[in-house]
Amino acid sequence: MKSVVIRFCGDSGDGMQLTGNMFSSLSAILGNEISTLPDFPAEIRAPQGTLGGVSGFQVHVGSGVYTPGDQADVIVAMNAAALKVCVQNKLFHDHAVIIVDTDTFTKPDLEKALYKTDNPFTELGISESVRIVPVALTSLTKESLKDSGLDNKSILKSRNMFALGVVCWLFDRPMDKAIHFLEDKFKKKPQLISHNVKVLTDGYNYGNNLALNQMVIDTEEVAQEMEHGTYTSIAGNKATSWGLIAAAKRCGKRLFLGSYPITPATDIMHELAGRKDMGVMVVQAEDEIAGVCTAIGASFAGDLACTSTSGPGLSLKSEAIGLAVMAELPLVVIDVQRGGPSTGLPTKTEQTDLLQAVFGRNGECPAVVIAASSPANCFDYAFEACKIALENMTPVILLTDTYLANGSGLMRIRKLDEMPQIRPQGVPEELKGHYNPALRDANSIRYWAVPGMEGYEHRNIGLERDSEKGTISTQPMNHQTMILNRQAKIDQIANRIPELRVQGNVNSDTLLVGFGSTEGHLHAAANELGCALAHFNYINPLPKNTAEVLRKYQKVVVCELNNGQFATLLRARLEGIQLLQYNEMMGQPFAVERIVEHVKKM
Amino acid sequence: MEASQFKSDQYVRFCPGCGDHAICMALQKAMAQIGIPTHQTVVISGIGCSSRMPHYLNTYGFNTIHGRGGAIATGVKTSHPELNVWQMTGDGDCLAIGGNHFIHEIRRNVDLNICLFNNRIYGLTKGQYSPTSPKGFVSKSSPFGTVERPFVPAELVLGARGTFFARTLDVDMPTTVDTMVQAQEHKGASVIECLVNCVIFNNGTHNWIADRETRAEHSIVLKHGEKMIFGANRDKGLALDYSAGVMPKLIVVPADDERVLVHNAKEQDPTLHRMLAMMGQERFLEDQKVNAELNAELPVALGVIRNVEAETYDQAVNQQIVDIQSQSKVTEFDQLMMTLEHWEM
Repeated sequence: MKSVVIRFCGDSGDGMQLTGNMFSSLSAILGNEISTLPDFPAEIRAPQGTLGGVSGFQVHVGSGVYTPGDQADVIVAMNAAALKVCVQNKLFHDHAVIIVDTDTFTKPDLEKALYKTDNPFTELGISESVRIVPVALTSLTKESLKDSGLDNKSILKSRNMFALGVVCWLFDRPMDKAIHFLEDKFKKKPQLISHNVKVLTDGYNYGNNLALNQMVIDTEEVAQEMEHGTYTSIAGNKATSWGLIAAAKRCGKRLFLGSYPITPATDIMHELAGRKDMGVMVVQAEDEIAGVCTAIGASFAGDLACTSTSGPGLSLKSEAIGLAVMAELPLVVIDVQRGGPSTGLPTKTEQTDLLQAVFGRNGECPAVVIAASSPANCFDYAFEACKIALENMTPVILLTDTYLANGSGLMRIRKLDEMPQIRPQGVPEELKGHYNPALRDANSIRYWAVPGMEGYEHRNIGLERDSEKGTISTQPMNHQTMILNRQAKIDQIANRIPELRVQGNVNSDTLLVGFGSTEGHLHAAANELGCALAHFNYINPLPKNTAEVLRKYQKVVVCELNNGQFATLLRARLEGIQLLQYNEMMGQPFAVERIVEHVKKM
Repeated sequence: MEASQFKSDQYVRFCPGCGDHAICMALQKAMAQIGIPTHQTVVISGIGCSSRMPHYLNTYGFNTIHGRGGAIATGVKTSHPELNVWQMTGDGDCLAIGGNHFIHEIRRNVDLNICLFNNRIYGLTKGQYSPTSPKGFVSKSSPFGTVERPFVPAELVLGARGTFFARTLDVDMPTTVDTMVQAQEHKGASVIECLVNCVIFNNGTHNWIADRETRAEHSIVLKHGEKMIFGANRDKGLALDYSAGVMPKLIVVPADDERVLVHNAKEQDPTLHRMLAMMGQERFLEDQKVNAELNAELPVALGVIRNVEAETYDQAVNQQIVDIQSQSKVTEFDQLMMTLEHWEM
């Protein structure tokens, strides 16, 4: 087989995220492409064994991997509740293999998971073609650790390692690499290493006892598709954080993050707070507004300044982003989108902040909006957001989402000097003594002088300023001139970004269109449909050839995880364009099969 | 340096007779006396009459959005502790819309000089009551009198564990300048409550202490290490009276009474600082009293009431980075990347 989708699911305390991550990394090291989808509840610890507490981690490994997969080929269900959730949400297909811990199907377990009968498999109506593999994970783990001296609770916590061992055997993953991972993971708690290694190894050896054939994933095509180099597996939020650090290092500025905890963006703050070795300054502010405002202060003072948030936080930051637009200061705003409106679905994914990012401020208030489209390219677009902000003296809003933030994929490690140059806007020497904050260059980009520079003292403002003197102005023509200046500055950025590229069968009469995190799903769907795909990372301004590309196709279907926001934007920007729409709003990534099915009917 | 070096070329557009004119001049004088060059001085403000101040000072300045000056100033100072950062704010900007930022910049003890212009009114939006308007105050938004309990800024500052609080009066230039210089010398969040007159919407709100004839009787300028003596003839002093029970009360005694207190602004315990700061504030807390009762009140404390040392946020944040960098084996970005699990493909 070319690829396989595996889902680990259990209680939120069962260590499913760790198990899934280890398996993904092991597979990546063996030359597989990977795409992961952590799927966990909003509650930190829901009552054990209940449906609300089920935590899942899906990973797709092999070659031709663009998404975490619609449905699993292999399920590891640590308890009765997890199995039920998988069935209810159709998380596996009719020929899947399900490994279940038979020790967790006692009467009390079944009651907690709201089963009505004593026969869960029949009750769930699992198709007969599904292969159920019963493994007494709990008792086998207890047996494995009986001489360890560990208490019962700690022993039970190691069940996930036994399950991982079984799965490693099933896919022939080498034990030495897995053990190396465990050693790295528990290097601060060395006493845990030997126990976990024992359970993992026993699980692997137990695999031989199963009446199953080992599955072989053919990864030969991976090598052909991918650029040769050094790779790592990285989650979107971490990639975003490191992209910001790279940009700061590339241009020699200090990275400043002002932020406030909010799911699913908080990992960016965690990551950067831990990178003081890179000189990163993080202020955990008193609220979302102070997060962006401390960043604006740092930007005014000359730093590369960022703020990270999710939808509700972006709403709170709107006025301050308007200030940065008006004051023409560089600022990077990262919006890790989640289900909305209001507090909505904090741990689920959605693309519903698009129009808020583009338009959600008072006044004529243009800012740059870009979107990352894979966990790994969160690095590149975070870097790009910094580059655009510093070179053009503008706020840049980078859209990612829960799916990108928590999912991981392969990233090629590059050296800093392989990355694009960043040339922050400065101020010409001859303006010393004559500087004011309205002076701009031929591209309409304001010159940037920062406190500490002698002879460039000036007063910046959120009020309208005179287009020549830089002082407060309420003069009618001046306001219009300044609005057009700020717009021109954003418009000219279209000359500095790559043109829109068409993927897939360019000669088809059907074109799928999407933006941001859906690229993998749309790519796979376009392959299956034999049609073309135009995927956007640059949203405001749009790539220069957007109209030209979209008008070439008879049937243009805009697919997005919202109620048609990008389609609305394209209709506004491209007069008279005819667009079809496919929209999903379920807090989940697309399923490739659903896109294919719907587009075929259009 | 000269005060004129800190004057910008902008025409000062406060209303004629506004107390902000005096504070503007005091700031220019204080900055000259402090002697930090204009290019190393930054003045941040929010919105309101007081927040126009940066335009009139020939330093780096940023007139931002309503209430957020404190957060923006925190960003400037934390990222660049070498800069000398001032914040201009008013009773609405600072205590209403920006209240959260105000208490947190104080709690963190960011090394800022915060001038809180208190005229007990919203001026720029044309006359609504503010968080410091006296209870019962009649304004455009409270035509029948407010029913709200006001803030006393000093209580907020001390409640947020403030390290420096001073109060000054627009018409008392020497005390204002001296207080600003002391605020600059203090490392940490220094709050100066500047009592200013709004000649248009709340004219005379501070007259009971601002009038030349009565000022000496109704106010006391506190000086660290000096006896608490006031009055036109400097014949009155402040003392603690323990007769009423376990809670001592401040009372007025003759200046030569041996019980007259010596002001200690450096005392860590804020109890007495709060008692001093609260003198004369009761008239704002209940329905407006008439001036007839004035003589019964304690004098309003002016000058530096509290001035204690504590670690500043900006220094601590920067020091932590320096410490970790000096211990870290990873110093370059390329090295950092290789700390990730990696392999050749």
